[in-house]
Amino acid sequence: MHNRTLEIGVGIFVALGLAALLMLAMKVSNLGALTADGGYELQARFDNIGGLKVRSPVTMAGVRIGRVAEISFDNETYEAVARMTIEPQYNRLPKDTSASIFTAGLLGEQYVGLEPGGEEAFLEAGDEIRMTQSAVVLEQIIGQFLYSKASEGDGGKGP
Amino acid sequence: MDLLQQLGQVGLQAFQRLGRGSLFFFQVLLGFPELIRRFHLVVVQMWSVGVRSLLLIVVAGTFVGMVLSLQGYNTLVDFGAEESLGVLVALSLVRELGPVVSALLFAGRAGSALTAEIGLMKATEQLAGMEMMAVDPLRRIVAPRLLGGILAMPLLAALFSALGVIGGFFVGVGLLGVDDGAFWSQMQTKVDLSDDILNGVIKSVVFGVAVTWIAVFEGYDTVPTSEGVSRATTRTVVHSSLAVLGLDFVLTALMFNG
Repeated sequence: MHNRTLEIGVGIFVALGLAALLMLAMKVSNLGALTADGGYELQARFDNIGGLKVRSPVTMAGVRIGRVAEISFDNETYEAVARMTIEPQYNRLPKDTSASIFTAGLLGEQYVGLEPGGEEAFLEAGDEIRMTQSAVVLEQIIGQFLYSKASEGDGGKGP
Repeated sequence: MDLLQQLGQVGLQAFQRLGRGSLFFFQVLLGFPELIRRFHLVVVQMWSVGVRSLLLIVVAGTFVGMVLSLQGYNTLVDFGAEESLGVLVALSLVRELGPVVSALLFAGRAGSALTAEIGLMKATEQLAGMEMMAVDPLRRIVAPRLLGGILAMPLLAALFSALGVIGGFFVGVGLLGVDDGAFWSQMQTKVDLSDDILNGVIKSVVFGVAVTWIAVFEGYDTVPTSEGVSRATTRTVVHSSLAVLGLDFVLTALMFNG
């Protein structure tokens, strides 16, 4: 009899431990969000990707519809090429969809935001997104701001 | 000259112990296949090292998660990033605190008990008696305890982490008013299954092997007197805690330096 309660106790313990692992896997990690590994790939070229990383989210209207699968550098055009995996159920992105790199919050991570166009035809696997907008680099903005301020000052006194 | 001799003696003894410990470990490992047939021995050990550590782990995990949440909130709120609280709590628990703290508690709760049990068996010559009856104490006594500890440790660490996340959730969302959805969704985007959770499980398995191995070896190698048993028990707790902390640094450096 004692043996039985003991075995039941161990059984509960193991079940609890496995349930905790399952909870960690499903609720805490990204397993729950990753439905299927499948999906189709799109490409986009950017002049500057800023802090974009592999596995950064790809969103449309703020909803994550895929992830960045690979980032490479094109030696010919000096552009960054980002390959993105889009989940298979989102297969109705217009051909003239544009891609931009945004930052989530002030210090947040960077992500690719897609903006739908108006064309009838849809993007298919392997297609490239033509219209892209690079990441905003803070130093460049500050530089431009200073430059424009300086030229304003010149404009007042200049010839 | 005497000093040098003493130094050498201490060094040699340390290496001898290490060698004996390793040989002992492999001898016990040889007994593992047999345990599949007599798994009830392991179940009994899992009861004593696992189930009976449950209360400690449950309470400790919940409170560690709650404290993490409170402290993390105070820092994050200055940056307006309190929605990352879930990430902070989950990553610290799954990567470090879950495996390490539960291994330390496990060493104190279960490791010391294992050493005392085996040490007393040796002091009262029960182990010698078994050998007289042609029963190998390594296979009958030590192997089930080692396997039970190795199996119990990852489960305890997983429970610790999961309850810590839940405790952190209650404090963060219930008490401090962090947004419920942001807490979970940020956690889910930042915590990776293989990078974080699997590595945490690997850590806890390694710690389980280290702590249980040290505990059963100290018990088996004890000087068979009451003083010897008490010293062996102390050594188990000290050595396994140090081993856990040292191994944790090595494992972290290997896993998360990318």
